[in-house]
Amino acid sequence: MKRRDFIHLSGMGLGALATSGLVMMGNPVSAEQLLIPGMDPAAKKVLADIALNAAKSKGATYTDVRIGRYLRQNVSTREKNVQNISNSETFGVGIRVIANGTWGFSATSDVTPDGIKSCAETAVAIAKANSKLQKEPVVLAPVSGHGEVTWNTPIQKNAMEIPVKDKIDLLLNVNNSAMDNGAAFVNSALFIINEQKYFASTDGSYIDQDIHRIWPTFSVTAVNKGAGGFRSRQALSAPMGMGYEYMDGLEKDKMMNPAGFNSYKNSYDMVEDAVNAAKHATEKISAKSVIPGKYDLVLDPDHLGLTIHESVGHPLELDRVLGYEANYAGTSFATLDKWKSGDFKYGSDKVNIVADKIQPYSLGNTGYDDEGVKCKEWDLIKDGILVNYQAIRDQVQILGENESNGCAFADNWSSVQFQRMPNVSLRPGKEKLSPADMIKNVEKGIYILGRGSYSIDQQRYNFQFGGQLFYEIKDGEITGMLEDVAYQSNTQEFWNSCSQICDEDDYRFFGSFNDGKGQPSQSSAVSHGSSTTRFDGVNVINTGRNI
Amino acid sequence: MAILTREQAMQIIDKVLSYSKADEMEVSIFGGRTGNIRYARNTVNTSGETNEIRLSVNSVFGKKVGSSSTSELDDESLKKVVARAEEIAKLAPENPEYMPMLGPQTYPAAATFSAATDKIDPEFRAKLAGDSIEVSSVGDLTAAGYLEDFSGFVATGNSKGLFGYNTSTSVDFSITVRTTDGTGSGYATRDFNDVNLLNSKDVTSIAMQKAQASANAQAIEPGKYTVILEPTAAGDLLGLLTRGFDARSADEGRSFMSKKGGGTRLGEKLFDERVTITSDPTNTEIPTSPWDGDGLPRQKTTWVENGVVKNLAYSRYWAEKQGVPPLSSPGRGGYIFAGGNESIADMIKSTERGVLVTRFWYIRAVDPQTLLFTGLTRDGTFYIENGQIKFPVKNFRFNESPIIMLNNIESMGKPQRVGGDLIPAMKIRDFTFTSLSDAV
Repeated sequence: MKRRDFIHLSGMGLGALATSGLVMMGNPVSAEQLLIPGMDPAAKKVLADIALNAAKSKGATYTDVRIGRYLRQNVSTREKNVQNISNSETFGVGIRVIANGTWGFSATSDVTPDGIKSCAETAVAIAKANSKLQKEPVVLAPVSGHGEVTWNTPIQKNAMEIPVKDKIDLLLNVNNSAMDNGAAFVNSALFIINEQKYFASTDGSYIDQDIHRIWPTFSVTAVNKGAGGFRSRQALSAPMGMGYEYMDGLEKDKMMNPAGFNSYKNSYDMVEDAVNAAKHATEKISAKSVIPGKYDLVLDPDHLGLTIHESVGHPLELDRVLGYEANYAGTSFATLDKWKSGDFKYGSDKVNIVADKIQPYSLGNTGYDDEGVKCKEWDLIKDGILVNYQAIRDQVQILGENESNGCAFADNWSSVQFQRMPNVSLRPGKEKLSPADMIKNVEKGIYILGRGSYSIDQQRYNFQFGGQLFYEIKDGEITGMLEDVAYQSNTQEFWNSCSQICDEDDYRFFGSFNDGKGQPSQSSAVSHGSSTTRFDGVNVINTGRNI
Repeated sequence: MAILTREQAMQIIDKVLSYSKADEMEVSIFGGRTGNIRYARNTVNTSGETNEIRLSVNSVFGKKVGSSSTSELDDESLKKVVARAEEIAKLAPENPEYMPMLGPQTYPAAATFSAATDKIDPEFRAKLAGDSIEVSSVGDLTAAGYLEDFSGFVATGNSKGLFGYNTSTSVDFSITVRTTDGTGSGYATRDFNDVNLLNSKDVTSIAMQKAQASANAQAIEPGKYTVILEPTAAGDLLGLLTRGFDARSADEGRSFMSKKGGGTRLGEKLFDERVTITSDPTNTEIPTSPWDGDGLPRQKTTWVENGVVKNLAYSRYWAEKQGVPPLSSPGRGGYIFAGGNESIADMIKSTERGVLVTRFWYIRAVDPQTLLFTGLTRDGTFYIENGQIKFPVKNFRFNESPIIMLNNIESMGKPQRVGGDLIPAMKIRDFTFTSLSDAV
């Protein structure tokens, strides 16, 4: 039995405690406590300096300190019932040092001068102990100190300030609306995160950041008990780096898609989507089963984001390429020799994929990463050619560079920062093209929306993706819904079959709220922007079975 | 040390209960140490240890529940945590599915604790990693491995007189060895309560042998093959099946256990008659916690007997609604799949044409109606012809349902512990591989 299973037994199934981890999920608090301001930046600076000095006096050549307060609110419902309301807070400090050329890390929830001093000393002791096994000393890319700076997610409405009752009312309205339109079951939930992060390092940075994320989601299920069938349709929302304004569902953010219902840009109409979902779930039960074969795929951004995430985002993480994830997530087909060749054709010349942590509304949007590097944008794939990876301060010298990409992240004060995926997005096409116009030119194709089943091998060659909604395209027109659809391809073959990308008017985010990596596993949130994109001649299989 | 004795835990819980003004209150204390060491590219790159203790309170007024927790166990903090839980409960909406707390229960003794595992320290972890690296650094091999150990306790009590206390330890070790030219990769993993049962050098050797033997794999056509699944591979798929033994989703018509026309498939023969799946909290190889998430004592249960579905899990709420006794599932770990007596060597000998699979990877649900899953083979896949392993083969993607798989059994081996379950090696005919992968 692992620790997480053991923890599960400590709460006997009541409330959030039953399933929460300990440090990660924090202490349950009242909703009001989520609004109490955290420690003043001036006080944090005093504590941070204690850590920096304590580590230095023990022999550290570099130190960074992260004082973090992590607030979460989750509200979940099922049909007419509120299942869970959980508010939690966790506060502590993580200290990372280099001593004898080796990393050491220690963390404590004792955020007092004595607690921090002792924690810093432990970090140095661990570094020195580990240095016996170190083969090459850590090399850090230079970063200039930023002085005392602040950065806040540009939100309009702090979601923590919205009364819990309003959130419950919204979710129960979502559930009722779906059930009024034929759903048998609905689970809906709202996840809200506020990270109050303070970073200080011996490079002379004192960075105070206030980061917000939100994710509304649901699953609607229709059942035909007589025929013995059931189908679900998940929300077409995206988790976003926004406040509660994402829930406004503004008309200007609605986009009628070629299947005849609304997709959403930077605000979301959850009730409208739930009504559509109920109708879709019912329709899916009796939809035509796909005939396997080659199809041209027209992929909506709310679907394509996950394909980008798995087939471009992960293989271009430099730590995977180097073998640090070999025992868990795996390595990568995108090896250094392919990058060095300068002509590795990752995709067709239409494919331009960019990494960033600065796009407004995205989950990756932050001022500075967890190593105090100012966030930026950089190319990964340019005109189809592999040009770069995702790398942090102790990695970029491997690529012959001396500036970090700024994508180090730790999921909590108690976790050590490491290289995590920034936003990885497909640039829109330069020529004017709408999804409807794209479909007009497809003879035999499938239009796919939403996140479905996804699986990819440990080096990111072979993948299989499903979706939420599949529409058959015949001679330039959508002729009806399909089911039992999954496409299988190889990353390089797939991206080289990319033939058309819609313009920037169609550009939208897909998001992954809980992307796992590392041992022990850490979770991060990442967005993937794209416009509707066409891929030619992709292998589609039929996933229907009889049991 | 974060482990409290039974008496210490009971004393604290009784004190906390005495502060309660709620209709019902439950207190639990969890404490323990989690340690880990991770290595890659033949060198240690992460190690850590966390000690934690937390006391959690659930206070209930009517059907309104509030939760709170604290890591401070002084009287003032304990009073505060009770007051906060009660304040949250008063503001909470009613939970119509709330079940009144259980009275005193009798829990079976569980052999979940090992003193040897409890004694693991940073030096032990470093030695284990160092030994594994030393063994695997011979020749053109690179090792990446991870050890996580846990030692802790949980105590729970409520205002109706229930009290439970249990200590537990665990150790999980996994290792991937790759050839430095990147053409071969091998994996092995073991999990135990007692670290004395873990021989990390042997586990490392298995991964090394697989890495070397899997180098320069050849491509063969995807399609339906007879497969021999080592216990780790079989466990990857069988674990997906047992998660579905839930009565509520079956009754609601949204499970592979739902019956056409309504109701569940309880009593139906769904699998080959050699399939028998049980759980037993007192099994010494896979001891589990004496109680479940509802606070009910775990019982010895037969889930499938000779291919027939004998039981589904009922939560207390769903059991009451359906007028049946509640029955808890073992959760993750705790299932015992009856096997056979055939060794993997014998299975290979009797195979005319087939594929030996070490493990599966990135398994995801494709269709919950049929329990269809997709995923890939990884870290050691071999072609068998005329009773012999002929050569390593490239990895395959599969699309298969464990229900179909358990109707296509050729033979089974002796069950061994995999991820907390007891799983046999299995020889299965007509297993569906749908495409090839170049991944090593």
